[in-house]
Amino acid sequence: MDITSLARFQFGMTTVFHFFFVPMSIGLAFAVAIMETMYVVKKDKIYKDMAKFWGNLFLLSFAVGVVTGIIQEFQFGMNWSEYSRFMGDIFGAPLAVEALLAFFLESTFIGLWMFGWDKFSPKVHVVFIWLVSLGTVLSALWILAANSFMQHPVAYKINEASNRAELTSFSGLLKNHQLWLEFPHVVFGAVVTGGFIVAGASAWKMLKGSDTEFFKKSMNIGLILGLVGSILTIGAGHQQMIVVGEDQPMKFAAMEGIYEDTGSPAPWNIVAGIDTKNKETKWEISVPYMLTLLGGQESYVGMDQASKDLHDEYDAKFGTDMNYYVPVKTLFWGFRFMAGFGTLMALMAVVGLILLHKDKLEKIRWLLWLFVAGITFPFISNTFGWLITEMGRAPWTVYGLFTIEDSVSPGVSATSLLISNITYFVLFAFLGFVMFIFAKRFVKKGPYYVDPSEARKAGIDPFAKEVF
Amino acid sequence: MTGLEFLWFILVGILFIGFFFLDGFDFGVGMSVKLLARNKRERDQVIQTIGPVWETNQVWLITAGGAMFASFPDWYASLFSGFYLILLFILVGLIIRGVSFKFRSSSENAKERNLWEWTFLIGSLLAPFLFGMLFIDLVQGLPLDASKNVMHATFTDYVNLFAIIGGVAMTLISYLHGLNYLRLKTEGVIRERALASAKKLYPALFVGLILFAIFAFIKTDFFTERFTSSLILLILIVIFAVMAAYGTYKNKEVLSFISTGLIFAGIVAFLFNGLFPRVMIGQNPEYSMLIADSASTPYTLKVMTIVTCILLPIVLIYSGWSYKKFSKRVKIDR
Repeated sequence: MDITSLARFQFGMTTVFHFFFVPMSIGLAFAVAIMETMYVVKKDKIYKDMAKFWGNLFLLSFAVGVVTGIIQEFQFGMNWSEYSRFMGDIFGAPLAVEALLAFFLESTFIGLWMFGWDKFSPKVHVVFIWLVSLGTVLSALWILAANSFMQHPVAYKINEASNRAELTSFSGLLKNHQLWLEFPHVVFGAVVTGGFIVAGASAWKMLKGSDTEFFKKSMNIGLILGLVGSILTIGAGHQQMIVVGEDQPMKFAAMEGIYEDTGSPAPWNIVAGIDTKNKETKWEISVPYMLTLLGGQESYVGMDQASKDLHDEYDAKFGTDMNYYVPVKTLFWGFRFMAGFGTLMALMAVVGLILLHKDKLEKIRWLLWLFVAGITFPFISNTFGWLITEMGRAPWTVYGLFTIEDSVSPGVSATSLLISNITYFVLFAFLGFVMFIFAKRFVKKGPYYVDPSEARKAGIDPFAKEVF
Repeated sequence: MTGLEFLWFILVGILFIGFFFLDGFDFGVGMSVKLLARNKRERDQVIQTIGPVWETNQVWLITAGGAMFASFPDWYASLFSGFYLILLFILVGLIIRGVSFKFRSSSENAKERNLWEWTFLIGSLLAPFLFGMLFIDLVQGLPLDASKNVMHATFTDYVNLFAIIGGVAMTLISYLHGLNYLRLKTEGVIRERALASAKKLYPALFVGLILFAIFAFIKTDFFTERFTSSLILLILIVIFAVMAAYGTYKNKEVLSFISTGLIFAGIVAFLFNGLFPRVMIGQNPEYSMLIADSASTPYTLKVMTIVTCILLPIVLIYSGWSYKKFSKRVKIDR
């Protein structure tokens, strides 16, 4: 394999793996912050137990999220040195701000939160988790500022002599309209992720019939987060779609699987048979008017026209042999998986909340099992979301300015890349496995588990009443 | 070279000093988990000394990397792609150390704990050793080409006697720094054992420093390019090492801890001073990369300077506060 493919595979692999844990951390930190706030307000100890219990799951995800995040930072220089040279003047500033503003905040106050339960009053202690939560969100903001530039470059000028993009306005970088669509979409998606993990794990414990009150209350919070989060995610995603149609017509057309321009008003393909070889949509089941209704535009250009337009615009710069078609099937089906599971989660949250409040949920076992399976749903949505965003940017790393081909490190050998790919793959598989085992085991033990050996050591009878 | 470019060169150095000073003792404590502590309670105690703070300490590295990317994109690009495999294994080290805290505490039995103690140890050894190698390779010069990339580097460009001495020295200093930290932060048998171990290790440190000085003299151009400042910094490193040893033998805990930290500062300063005004030394001097060649635009540097001036003091205040809040010695019986 050539170095570009290997570097791309590695970027995809690390980003997807890293992005399992990022939304999980953001979402769970927020959920825990809410639980602890309820403890401070209501002074009901069960909420403190909740914050501690779900906080432990948050800490697990944070541990893996941070270490995979360092790989993310390092691999720009390691695998994509030419991209770093091109983008450094612009990418660097938000990255440095992310470290100074967000990472220090998160990591310091996580330490204080984790080890500070007995050192601080509840009112002070709850501030720590809110600062951690703020840190996780700020971190997303700054990294997405950089990503938004890659999707839609603003506030820059090209220095021909050094062949790089140079920042002309820091505030302009932050005013990028892509950022203010990506950021809420990602953060609300993270809230759903946290909510569905809490809800799914609670459903599992409700099925087992243990600590029912604790897990019903947790389920309630999880479902509310899931519901509010998914509605907001869908809303933000909808806004984002409208802008993608304008900024990146090829990405949009691929998501909808349209090769030829649509009529006016445009129909929406629910499913379609896409033939990427002959560049045509063989069959489709579509809803008339729907795409116009969803996207807000009368008609849409298909990929064939988009390709022509891109050639007209960029042939002078990148040559006539460029392929502007993106991985159509991945984008088309990826979008349907993302949006489909997103909608399903919104529905599940509504139904779940209604039944929970009518005290009927715990009797419907299949639905509880669906919530257990639902733990995977946000991860599916999140992953496909990123695949669409990043693959739809092809053939550029920075849209319209710098290609993927030009971005890789020329000095790195295929062997080095192969070694790192295998190393990361093994490491990720191992970390993912351990993480899953620990999380499962931890939830299984429940919030009031006392390690018998610890209890014996402390001179406590593990079966004495006061232990519980 | 403009004033801002110079400032950011210094700042990158300071961030690395911060990283080694702070995460250095985390590495040392990580090694102590197996080398010093002998049973679960001792290991718990050792790990607890850094539990609340190691994560923040590691952010210094992320910030140093980010600052390098932001202020010297070309340096970041050439260095990170040029040291590909070394950085890969540094990452492996940081990853297995980073997860071992939480994974160990989530373990159910001695066998599982043992696994995460080993990953803790290996990660804590790998990272400083490879960082030592990386920095020494950096100042010895690499085969840079006209496009600023490290091309056709051979095995010996990365693995050579000087680099190995540098790696061992960084690991040893980290371990000593960790032992000095444990003396400050623990009570009981660990504290005594840390003192006894540290006392034994200083002779090795001094031998290492002599070798380091000799090789720096032969293998780098530091003493031909910048004789006076290189010599002064070398002498300072020795003075810090003597202070650390004095502090240990006389049982002055704070002095020895600060001094081992200062050895790191001295070494980074020595290396950065020798690099100046370059950031990458080419084996062909024509292709050496200068600070002025690799920096971001004045505008970006200005933005980052303003941001740093506002945020860094705040970071220092709250992370200092967190250290203060966890300043109590960790006892074995909690």
